[in-house]
This record gives sequence, structure tokens and C-alpha cells, in this order.
Amino acid sequence: MTARITDPPTTAPDVTASAPVAAAPGLLSRVLHARELGIVLALVALVTVTALRNPRFLSPQSLRDLLLSASIVAVLAVGQTAVIVTRNVDLSVGSILGLTAFGVGKLFIAAPELPVIIGILVAVVGGALLGALNGGLIAAARVPALVVTLGTLYIFRGVDFAWASGQQINAGDMPDDLLALGTRTVLGVPILAIVAVVVAGLASWYLASYRSGRELYAIGSDPDAARLYGIDVGRRVLGAFVFSGATAGLAGAMYAARFGTLDATAGRGIELEVVAAAVVGGVAIFGGSGTAYGAAIGALLLTTISTSLAVLRINPFWQQAVVGLLILLAIGLDRLLTIRAERSLRGRSPHGR
Amino acid sequence: MAADTTLSPVTRRSSWSSLRSWDGAITLVLLLVLAAAALSVDNFTNIGNLKFLLLDSITIALIALPMTLIVITGEIDLSVASTLGLTSAVMGQLWTANVSLELAVVGVVLLGAVLGAVNGTFVTRFGLPSLAVTIGTLAAYRGLAFVVLGSRAVADFPIGWTSTTTRAIGSTFVPLAILPLVLLGSVFAIVLHRTAVGRAMYVIGHNDEAATFSGIDPARTRFWLFVTSGAISGLAGVFWTLRYASARADNAQGLELAVVAAVLLGGVSIFGGRGSLPGVLAAVLLLGTIRNALQLQNVSADVLDIVTGLLLIISVLTPNLIARLSARRHRRALARGATPVPGPT
Repeated sequence: MTARITDPPTTAPDVTASAPVAAAPGLLSRVLHARELGIVLALVALVTVTALRNPRFLSPQSLRDLLLSASIVAVLAVGQTAVIVTRNVDLSVGSILGLTAFGVGKLFIAAPELPVIIGILVAVVGGALLGALNGGLIAAARVPALVVTLGTLYIFRGVDFAWASGQQINAGDMPDDLLALGTRTVLGVPILAIVAVVVAGLASWYLASYRSGRELYAIGSDPDAARLYGIDVGRRVLGAFVFSGATAGLAGAMYAARFGTLDATAGRGIELEVVAAAVVGGVAIFGGSGTAYGAAIGALLLTTISTSLAVLRINPFWQQAVVGLLILLAIGLDRLLTIRAERSLRGRSPHGR
Repeated sequence: MAADTTLSPVTRRSSWSSLRSWDGAITLVLLLVLAAAALSVDNFTNIGNLKFLLLDSITIALIALPMTLIVITGEIDLSVASTLGLTSAVMGQLWTANVSLELAVVGVVLLGAVLGAVNGTFVTRFGLPSLAVTIGTLAAYRGLAFVVLGSRAVADFPIGWTSTTTRAIGSTFVPLAILPLVLLGSVFAIVLHRTAVGRAMYVIGHNDEAATFSGIDPARTRFWLFVTSGAISGLAGVFWTLRYASARADNAQGLELAVVAAVLLGGVSIFGGRGSLPGVLAAVLLLGTIRNALQLQNVSADVLDIVTGLLLIISVLTPNLIARLSARRHRRALARGATPVPGPT
């Protein structure tokens, strides 16, 4: 089960047992559409304004850099989406990224001849195991994921520091094939960005079309009702955390490929940006709605904002403040849409509520 | 027991009894750790070291006071460390602009209250979850701190102020700066444990609706708690700035996690409705002592995070295990006896 969620690309066909769900309710899908449409419009507006002020913003090189910077946060945000729709949160992703990135570096120092794909797989599996630890602890403690992943955020990062003990891995220690992944492009699109798009696409498709994916939304909408309905809530939530951990492991490998130079601080504090990307991308923080591709677009929007600030010569220190304001705006908007949806539902029902 | 006649006797009784013993347990652990550190760690009982241990704990203890109350009402405030950073940055900027320090201190505490009011408004007026709101303001306030001060540091505070902040009382190891903490701690403890307002906070944490029906306004209580949390974080910003004689935008980055860890370790339930201030203060000291003792053994500060994380997870696992064990014992007792009471859920 968990393997299926961890790795949708290869094992998704096995899932024929759970039939794809036909169509989402009309109103819900419309609300969801409104959410993702809004963020795409914001992105277009931002790119337009920035490009008008400085046309070089749209140069191939600048766009490539933009995609490259967004891809790691986008992959993390996709994993985070699976967790947030179940009304949980995974704050440990930054620490998992750091630990797996350093692990990849150590692995290639120990075995320089190892095929790159093996290194990436080790990172993904390692991340999935750490995610399983999160999920297991949450099931055992029966407390909000916030608390448990706050604890593992500390623990994983501490282990990372203890392991690194001040040393740094340099790009020279890494195999050229891995570093090439971080810089090479296909038809002008960076490979890492393609990876992010593929992960986001597969996860969106899985969450939308498979019974186990839909069950994640059911759990987030109303955990008690989901349990009554017969959904194995514990197993599904564990699966979501394993998936989030696996994406964080993948992001760790991507980080190693992109930067080459690694120490124990890789990805420190990135969890906030990831949650922000998901929330800005229309994933409701109360669970139950949102899409993986929306979260990925959210990551792209956040990255575009910081690039735009630099291009527009605005004090780069504004970036974080803008991220914070965007989170507040996104959850405020989310609340507004929910209230409106409730009102229209109530209007339609003859009994009201 | 009379309490056993309520609807869900098992969960009710076990949670309350584990609460009563949690304070005691954490204090006992604190004493054991203190004794172990005093016996086995060189220089731990050194007067200078004990003073630093207390000084290092004051910031977390200060912010933990309102955080305890907020978590008891079922909310959370993750923006506290960013509020500290922003108030510290503004204090530095004001001092650079030749504003008198007295005025700057009052100003940034008020600023903290305003920042808390922003949180409170989002949470109570717009009905947004405090977790999401304060993650947003965590980023926003920290960002504004960088906008105010950039990556500069203001360090030329008058030596009189900074040395008073770190001075000890007489020839003891107790820092002078602990007096405001003792004063505030007493006020918070009296309000929480001895007044109707404090009892109301527990009721709100247990059940919002029940609180409303019994004449308590949950929204207003929460709003003022967020304001208080902001103001205290502002005060902590003043203390931090003077203690390290340095106003920086990244001051106390990530400290919110340490505060939440201490509050939960202190026995406050993340679901609200349960917890006490003495337990939290013991937990703050426990975390501080462990970090201090390990630091004396040359364990790096970053590796120490493992301890914080482990304690946090143990603190949420333990009450659950205790509750489950006592539930099982109760079930067995029921099975032996002939009482036709429905089993615990």
C-alpha cells in the first residue's frame, strides 16, 4: 500500500482494484477551479508587470533560472499537499531534505562509481522511511501532526548536524552525472523542472482519480465521517506522510544535484515556504480540498515574486514579508470561498441548515 | 469516586489524574537532571554558569507564559519569535535615530501588542485557524524585521542598560532580570489558576459552544490573549536585545519551536483545556538545564536540537500511553466485576 503511494509512476497501474472515481461534485470542482485560476492570473499579472519594467525578465536564461529555483519547493509542496488535504501538516520536510541531501553526498563519496539513479532512489526511499516514522508516531501518539513533525524537524536536523559534524561536501566530490542533472536542459527546459512537473502531474492525477486518493480528501473533510464510512484513516494518513517523506527525499537528491556543495544546513527553514506554496496554491489548510498542481503553481508564484523583487530593484528583504502577506491573503480568500459555497448550498436546499 | 458517574468516566479520570501527576513528574525529572548535572558535569554549579542558565531561560519562560494560556484555549501563536525579531529590529532602529531608550522600550512593547492584535483580529473576527494565521505572520513579521534593519546589527546600546540586564542580585547567581519574570509569572499564574477568567480559558479550550452558553465570550478572551502574547514577545525582544547588546532582524529565529516544545512538555494539551503554569515553567528550566549541561560537555548547539525534539515527542507520547494503559486496566476491572457499564470508547 505505502509503496503504491510512494511511487505512483511505476505502480499506479496495480491500483485497478480501486476503480477511478467518476466525477467530482460540480460545485466543489468549480470552487477548486476558481482557486487555481486565481493563482494563475496572479502569476500572469506578476510576470507581465515585471516584464514590462524589464524585458530581460523573459529571456530564456532568466526563465530557466526561475524554473530551476521553483522546482525543489514545487516537489516538496506536492508532497505537502497529500498531507494537508488529510488535515495534517508535515513540518519536517526541510530536515528530511537536509538529511537525504547530505546522505546522497556521503553515498557518492563512499561509492563514486555508483549509478546516479541508485543514489536518487536511496534518497527517495530514505525520505519515505523518515516519513513513515512521522506517520507511525502520529498514529501512536494520536496528537496533531504539527507537534510530532515539529519534534522530528528538530531530531532529523540534529542528526544531520551530528553526522556532518562541521564538515562540508564539495561539488568536486559529486559524480558529474548527478551535477549534470542540476544544470542540463531538454528543449530549453531544465531537467529538474521537468521532474517537478512530472511529480506534480502524477500526484494530481492520483489524488483526483483513484479511490485511495479521494479517500485522503474524505479524511480531511471529516475524519470521523471517513472512519464511519469504513476508510482506514490511520493507514491513509501514514501513506500521505510516506509520500511527503519520499518527495522530500527526492527534493534532497535534487538539491544535491543543483548545488553540489552540501553541509548540514541544506533546506533549513524551507518548510515554511513549502506550506506557504501549498496554501497560496489553493490547498485548504483545514484539509479536504486543493490540488497538487495548484501547490506546484503556488511554489512557482512564490519564486517568481522573489525574482521579480530583484528584477524590479525592490529591497529583497521584502520577499519574506510578501510571502507572509500572501499566506494571510490565501487563507482569507479560502475562508471567503468556503462561506460563499456554504451559503449557495444552503440557498439550494429547501431545508437550509 | 464521584467523577466516575459522568458520561465517559475512564477518559475523564485518567486524563485528570495524569494532569495532576504531570507537574510533579516534570519537577521530579528537573530535580534529577539538576542533581545529575551538578554531580557529573564540571563547572555546572559554577556561579557564572548558573547565571547564564537562568538568563538563557528567561526569554523562553517569558513567551511561554501567554503561550500556555493560548494553547489552553485551544489556539497557538507561532509568530512570537518573529514578533521578538521585529521589535528588536525596531528598537535598534529607534536607538539609531536617537530616540531615548525609555521611549523605545515602551514603544516596542506597544508595537508587540499591535502585532498580537493583528493575529487576534484574523483569528477571532475572520474565524481563521490560528495555526495558519500565525504561520503567515511568522513569515510577515520576520520579513518586516529585515525590511526595517536589513542585515545590519545595532550594538551600541548604553553599557548601563546592557550590564543591568545581565547583572546578578548581590553575589548570588540569580540575575536581576528574573524579577520581571517572577512578577509576570505570578500574575499569569493567579489569573489562570485563581480567577474566573482563568477557569473560563479551560472551558473555552474544552468546548467553545459550552463556553458561549455559560456566558463567556471565547472570541474576546482569545483576542486579548493574542494581544498579551504580542506584548510579552515585545518585552522579550527588549530583553534579548539588551542581553546580547545586539539588535538584529534574525534575533531568536526559530525560538517559537522551543517555546511550544516547553509548553507541551510542561503538560499543556495541544487540544486545549488542560495544563498548568508551574509545569510549563519546570519544563522551561528542564530544557534549559539539559542544553546547558550538554553544552558544557562540548555538544554543539545544533546537535542539541535532537534533545528538544525527543523531549517534545516523549511529552506527547507519554500521557497517551498512560491513558491507554489505565483504560485497559479499567476495562479489565469492568470485565471482572458485574457492572453493566458500557465499555470505554
